[in-house]
Amino acid sequence: MTETLVEVDDLKVHFPIKRGVFLDRVVGHVKAVDGVDLRINKGETYGLVGESGCGKSTLGRALLQLTPPTGGRVNFDGTELTTLPAKQLRSMRRRMQMIFQDPMSSLDPRQNVESILTEGLQAHGLGGDRTERRKIIAKSLDAVGLPQWALSRYPHEFSGGQRQRIGIARAVVLNPDLIVADEPVSALDVSIQAQVINLLEDLQEELGLTYLVIAHDLAVVKHISDTVGVMYLGALVEEASSDDLYRQPLHPYTRALMSAVPVPDPEIEDRRERILLAGDLPSPANPPTGCRFHTRCPWAQPTRCRDERPGLRIIGTGTHRVACHWAEQIESGEIRSHAVKAELIADGAGARDAHGALETALETPGGPVV
Amino acid sequence: MPLLDVKDLSVTFARRGQRTVRAVDGVSFSVEAGEVVGLVGESGCGKSVTSLALMGLLPKQRGVTIGGSAMFGDTDLLKTDERTMRDIRGRDVAMIFQDPLSSLNPVIPIGIQVTEVLTRHRGLTGAKATAEATDLLNRVGIPDPTRRLKEYPHQLSGGMRQRALIAMAVACAPKLLIADEPTTALDVTIQAQILELLRGLVRDSGTALVMITHDLGVVAGMCDTVNVLYAGRVVESARRKPLFADPRHPYTTGLLGSVPRLDAGKGERLHAIRGSVRDVLPWPDGCAFAPRCDRRVDACVGEPPALVEGVHRHAYRCVNPESRTVEVPS
Ligand SMILES: Nc1ncnc2c1ncn2[C@@H]1O[C@H](COP(=O)(O)OP(=O)(O)OP(=O)(O)O)[C@@H](O)[C@H]1O
Ligand SMILES: Nc1ncnc2c1ncn2[C@@H]1O[C@H](COP(=O)(O)OP(=O)(O)OP(=O)(O)O)[C@@H](O)[C@H]1O
Ligand code: SF4
Ligand code: SF4
Ligand SMILES: [Mg+2]
Ligand SMILES: [Mg+2]
Repeated sequence: MTETLVEVDDLKVHFPIKRGVFLDRVVGHVKAVDGVDLRINKGETYGLVGESGCGKSTLGRALLQLTPPTGGRVNFDGTELTTLPAKQLRSMRRRMQMIFQDPMSSLDPRQNVESILTEGLQAHGLGGDRTERRKIIAKSLDAVGLPQWALSRYPHEFSGGQRQRIGIARAVVLNPDLIVADEPVSALDVSIQAQVINLLEDLQEELGLTYLVIAHDLAVVKHISDTVGVMYLGALVEEASSDDLYRQPLHPYTRALMSAVPVPDPEIEDRRERILLAGDLPSPANPPTGCRFHTRCPWAQPTRCRDERPGLRIIGTGTHRVACHWAEQIESGEIRSHAVKAELIADGAGARDAHGALETALETPGGPVV
Repeated sequence: MPLLDVKDLSVTFARRGQRTVRAVDGVSFSVEAGEVVGLVGESGCGKSVTSLALMGLLPKQRGVTIGGSAMFGDTDLLKTDERTMRDIRGRDVAMIFQDPLSSLNPVIPIGIQVTEVLTRHRGLTGAKATAEATDLLNRVGIPDPTRRLKEYPHQLSGGMRQRALIAMAVACAPKLLIADEPTTALDVTIQAQILELLRGLVRDSGTALVMITHDLGVVAGMCDTVNVLYAGRVVESARRKPLFADPRHPYTTGLLGSVPRLDAGKGERLHAIRGSVRDVLPWPDGCAFAPRCDRRVDACVGEPPALVEGVHRHAYRCVNPESRTVEVPS
């Protein structure tokens, strides 16, 4: 039986946008996470994928209560975290660890590896006396494949891949149940990426860890995850087992994302269909109405897509969930794709303005063949 | 004759009190007119330094030594004077970078930056230049170009900035475009747009493209010829399909085995390369990849492995190469 370790229900994180001389006027909100439901099973890996700014990190941090949620609930192994008193939350933290994209900025350059690893143990009053602690630390170094002499060294003396191993050791030394890994390999070279991915898989096997892996690279997420959730502008648009998602992506955004990932095989690259999206990602401070993808969706239908926000619903008999009004009709070919005019999205201070007149090429309608 | 013929390019940086860095250590490759050539490799292997050397953009200071040759027609790009180089840059050879912000002037509107290129190299001024600039922005897929011309770089998104930079690069229909990781900073759906744009430009204008990337998928999707770099040298070079179907150098196979693939089955383990790029042997002492190589034999160290030329210009620098060729039982 699969047991649920984490249950997230209608989680919201809205950041106020402040203006005025004293930043005392709230002129709006960035809806970084806007109503997410998901479950993570014990011993499994949940992968969260999406493009920059879609709210992946904020979701991860809100799940761990590192960023206070604006609304919704997070249940961790039977305990409701959002209402948990600070003291109990602190002791709960040992069981939920995080690893980051850039190990250099998350490791204190003035601390050597031994002190980095001891810190967490001491904070949680773990590890008993000094000899006991040393034993635990030695074991976690071993587990991540670092030599014992690393203990007396400082972060800058290591390569990027080794630093990521230090970050992982700092998490596993506390014997956690859940590890939230935010872009754990995206700063690393591919040959090193593979080492770290293999290490994460080995540790999961040995220690029975549960992972939430956050990454923008769909191939990495698909490789490492049991279940994949695809995010767009603060919400999940599709969720399925990693094989189902690859075999049958149902949400138009997932299809486009999948068709955009380059595959290192010329035969596949030459054959595959590409769905090119028009324009840029809209701002989460001012997301489109209705389906948030409707401004770029090649299958968008008047007027429902613009007016009504689709919720996640199960399609088929399994666990595949999709937030699209027309998923079945798109899948069956009843609704065909069409060209989309790119909207102007201002990145900086400039306001959004009139619609552009760019016809973006939509090479091939229909699902991607990867 | 190739459009660009790079032979034995080497670049060293010497600083007092520090070890001399051999950033590029004998790189050779050529580019035919209209061809898309990939330079692929991990960080620090010398991709950017190679492109900067070709563009004459390396700092002219003591301690920077450039060797070899890079023939572009009758001109050796490595030895020509700064004035000639300035004429060639932008007109015949153009470059785009990973971070478009750093190559755009933050306080000058995009339009003026584009028309400047047109004035300098094509002598266009006034309304003519503006009309041409609008047309260029349109061609690279910037919506509402008339309006965008008046905006500053920070007002554009990353993808739009890269489009603006591409517009400036192709303004004079150069014969050669060098793109150094042009999509690495972009989201994958935006990357797909930019790659499609580059493919179209190359197809329609006959511009040759040197595509610098660390992403084997990008290479597989757009390069005619691929050069794999390791520690400042080309270790394997082949046409796109033979490279992926029959990689010979253990570093190439290592890279291919390291990338998680969308189409791989569940639970397939990645074949990581052990160690890191820090574990290198200097080329004069043997194969630089030897400390990380599973196929290493005695002959790998002592002297650098020679370049072996196989069929169809498939070349590799290895004494014990991989082979997928299956022996036919007799
Ligand atoms: N502390 C904050 N205050 C205000 N806005 C924030 C804050 N943190 C994040 N945001 C905004 O919330 C949105 C989501 O950000 P988040 O970092 O979660 O995205 P992400 O999916 O992790 O992106 P990336 O792939 O770039 O890491 C963005 O628009 C971001 O600017
Ligand atoms: N100005 C410089 N002075 C000293 N060393 C340099 C200088 N520029 C580059 N190097 C070194 O030369 C080597 C090659 O650098 P280069 O920037 O070409 O790598 P790259 O292949 O482009 O890597 P990346 O994928 O990270 O962009 C590196 O070891 C780098 O540290
Ligand atoms: S609901 Fe409409 S706009 Fe949204 S993804 Fe489905 S078809 Fe596209
Ligand atoms: S020369 Fe030797 S060490 Fe170098 S790649 Fe070939 S087999 Fe490996
Ligand atoms: Mg993030
Ligand atoms: Mg570079």
